[in-house]
Amino acid sequence: MKLLTLNFLTCAVKTCKSSSASFPLHPKNCELVSDTLAPNPKLLANILPRLDWAALSTIALELNLPTLPENAPSPESLAENEQLTKDLHSLLLETQISEGALVCANCGHEYAIKEGIANFLLPNHLV
Amino acid sequence: MASSEDVHPTKYEEQHVHEVYQQIASHFSSTRYKPWPIVESFLQSLPPGSIGLDIGCGNGKYFTVNRDIFIIGSDRSTNLVKIAATHEPHVAVVADNLALPHQAGRFEFAISIAVVHHLSTLERRRAAVSCILECLSQGGKALIYVWALEQKGSRRGWDEGHEQDVMVPWVMKTGKNNPHPDGTTEKTFQRYYHLYRSGELEEDIRFMGGEVMEAGYEKDNWWVICKRKAKGDASGG
Repeated sequence: MKLLTLNFLTCAVKTCKSSSASFPLHPKNCELVSDTLAPNPKLLANILPRLDWAALSTIALELNLPTLPENAPSPESLAENEQLTKDLHSLLLETQISEGALVCANCGHEYAIKEGIANFLLPNHLV
Repeated sequence: MASSEDVHPTKYEEQHVHEVYQQIASHFSSTRYKPWPIVESFLQSLPPGSIGLDIGCGNGKYFTVNRDIFIIGSDRSTNLVKIAATHEPHVAVVADNLALPHQAGRFEFAISIAVVHHLSTLERRRAAVSCILECLSQGGKALIYVWALEQKGSRRGWDEGHEQDVMVPWVMKTGKNNPHPDGTTEKTFQRYYHLYRSGELEEDIRFMGGEVMEAGYEKDNWWVICKRKAKGDASGG
């Protein structure tokens, strides 16, 4: 599951949605792999302003990945900086969690990731 | 109500929707590849960088339409999600459409194509609509497609006046060289569907606080494009 996805996932338990602690979910025992994906500069430049950059930085920190710039780079600064473009493409779209878990800091529930697929189905008692 | 026995809806759907799709996943996927025109134009009209959801994404059939947007798909079937996840650059997770793992108000678009009709009670179908609307940002829009009751031109030939809760067979052939233990070479699965009357989906959307922007009929389905009602909008909608 691409790292970018973590910017859009919360705990699935209804009562957690109102808590800010349910986002982002925290990676636990995650194995990371890297896949090669043809870059799409248009997609990357347009996605960046839509991201929750603070949440992204939190995840990068938790996974011991290189520190991100303080704010999302503008399309202009991306166009000037090939290395930064490559790094962000690699981090967001090529880096994947293949195995591990995602933990809700509000209720503690853990969602498993197996073979790159995250499973958010809840046991009956949590629905 | 779909079932005449006293079976809880989730158990009913487990048997007549989820287990079926898990078993037929790769066969089903091989027959689902051509995007429907209105879904295609909806996705292609989105500005580059748009981020949204495909709720009940199945095999990721719609992931191939626009590579300049980012879609987070979800489906109840692990086997279908595994296929969907191969369509770059989009992603897919296993989730239930009544308990989605996404932030409220975050997404510019959502599609839910031929999904909500698998929920076996009115309450659950409306809840699914509500979950879709809840994910949308203030200006965001959702495209929902459901099977129509009125499809007398199709091979199933249902029309006004027919029972709306039906079981639709899916026949999976194993091939002459690969028979089942009892010698048969095909297996039939029954899938539950609620067939929507004209106007019914719009009613459900409005009931759950959504606003209908456009609606129509395509390939035996009713479709609606809807959004969340603007805050402070007290109109009937």
